[in-house]
Amino acid sequence: MAYLSISNVAIRGISAAVPTRVKEIKDLDFFAPGEAEKVIGLTKVERSRMVREGQCCSDLCYAAAERLIADMGWQKQDIEALIYVSLSRDYLTPHTSALLQHRLGLGKECYAIDVPLACSGYVYGLSVAASLMQTGQIKKGLLLVGETTSALQSPHDKTIWPLHGDGGTATALEYDEHADNMSFHFATDGARGDAIINPDGGTRHPITAESLEYVEIEPGVKRNRTQSVLDGMNVFGFSIKDPPASIASLAAKEGVSVPDLDYLVLHQANKYMDDKIAKKLKMAPEKVPFSIMQYGNTSSASIPVTIVVGIGPKLEGEKAKAMLCGFGSGLSWGSALVTLDHIKCPALIEVE
Amino acid sequence: MDFQEFVENFANIWDDTDASVFTPETRFKELDEWSSLVALSIIAMADEEYEVVLKGDDIRNAQTVQDVYEVIQSRL
Repeated sequence: MAYLSISNVAIRGISAAVPTRVKEIKDLDFFAPGEAEKVIGLTKVERSRMVREGQCCSDLCYAAAERLIADMGWQKQDIEALIYVSLSRDYLTPHTSALLQHRLGLGKECYAIDVPLACSGYVYGLSVAASLMQTGQIKKGLLLVGETTSALQSPHDKTIWPLHGDGGTATALEYDEHADNMSFHFATDGARGDAIINPDGGTRHPITAESLEYVEIEPGVKRNRTQSVLDGMNVFGFSIKDPPASIASLAAKEGVSVPDLDYLVLHQANKYMDDKIAKKLKMAPEKVPFSIMQYGNTSSASIPVTIVVGIGPKLEGEKAKAMLCGFGSGLSWGSALVTLDHIKCPALIEVE
Repeated sequence: MDFQEFVENFANIWDDTDASVFTPETRFKELDEWSSLVALSIIAMADEEYEVVLKGDDIRNAQTVQDVYEVIQSRL
C-alpha cells in the first residue's frame, strides 16, 4: 500500500485566483431544450470562470502566489522550492516553474519542478513539496497548482465543457519541528488511462492537420483530437468507489474516524458524486465545503479553491484537521490528512 | 435480489417516463428520456442499492431492463 507520512512541514497559507471571464452554463448553445437544467441539476455547476485569450494558468498561479507571499510577509529570497502542478504549461520547454521562479522574483538558489497531473495533482504536489522540505535544509516552499481546462477541452462538447472551470492556486509550506505529521495514501491505475485522454498532441500521436479537424460524435458533441475525451460512465463508477476507499484506508491507518475530522475537502468532480462520497464516509454535510456551483470543476486547483471559497475565513482563527482527496485522469487518486493551524487564507483573487 | 424490486428501482430513475412502461423486455435506450445522465443514474442506483459498480461497457452492451438486472445479479 502506497502510504507516506511526513514530519516537520507545516502548511502556512493557501490562496486562489480565477479569471474574471464567466462561463454561464445555462447559456451554452449546444444543449437541447431542457437539457441545461438537467445537467445543472445533476452537477450543480451553474457557472465557472475561463481565461481570456492569451491568459495562462501560470498567470493565475502567479497572482495567487504574490498575494500569499505579501500577506505572510515572507522574503522571496527565502523561498527555495517551487512546485508547479498543471497540465497547462506556457511552453513545451522551458518548464513553467522556471519561468515562475523568475517572474515571482525568487532567488536562483531554488529547486523548481513541474508535475503534470490533473485532478489528483494537489495531493501529489503537496507530497512532493513536503518530502523535499522534511529534512529542514529547504525551509520555505511554494506549491502552485492550477489548470486551464478551457485550453484542453472542446467548447462544443456537452459531455465535458459544462463541468469545468479555470483556476490557479498557491500553498505556502514551511519547515517546522512542531508541525503535526502530514500523511498520505496514493494509488494509480494506468489500465484505465483512456477514461480521460487528449489523444493527439503528445509524442505518441503528434499533432497533424487531421488532429485539428472537428468531428461531430453525436449532437452536441463536437471535438478535435487534441481535446479531452471523457468517458463519463467509467469516470463516474471510479469516482464513487476508489476515492472513498482511499480516504477510509488512510483514516484507518492513521487511527482517525472521518466523521470526527473538522473538514473533508474533495476534488470538485461534480456535486452529485461528491455528495455520494461524503455520504459513504458518514461525514456531516456542513463539514464538506464546495466551490463547484460557482467555479466548476477546476481540476487540480479544486481542493485549494474550495478551501479558500468554502472555509478560508474560518481557517485563519482555528486549528483544523482536514482530509483532502484528489482523483482523476491517469487514473490517479490520493488522500492527505493534514493540519491547517491558523493558516493565512486571503479571499479569492480575480484576475483581469 | 428481487426482480420486481429491481424494476421499481430502475423505473424510479426516470422523471418523465411512467413506471408502468418498464417490463423486463423494455429497450430503455429507445425511450425519449434516455440520455447520458440517465446512464449515470443507473450506475448510481446499482452502487446505492446493490453495491455493484457498473462499467461504461455494461451500460453500452445492455439493451433491455433484464440485461441490466443480469449484470448486477452476476456481480452480487
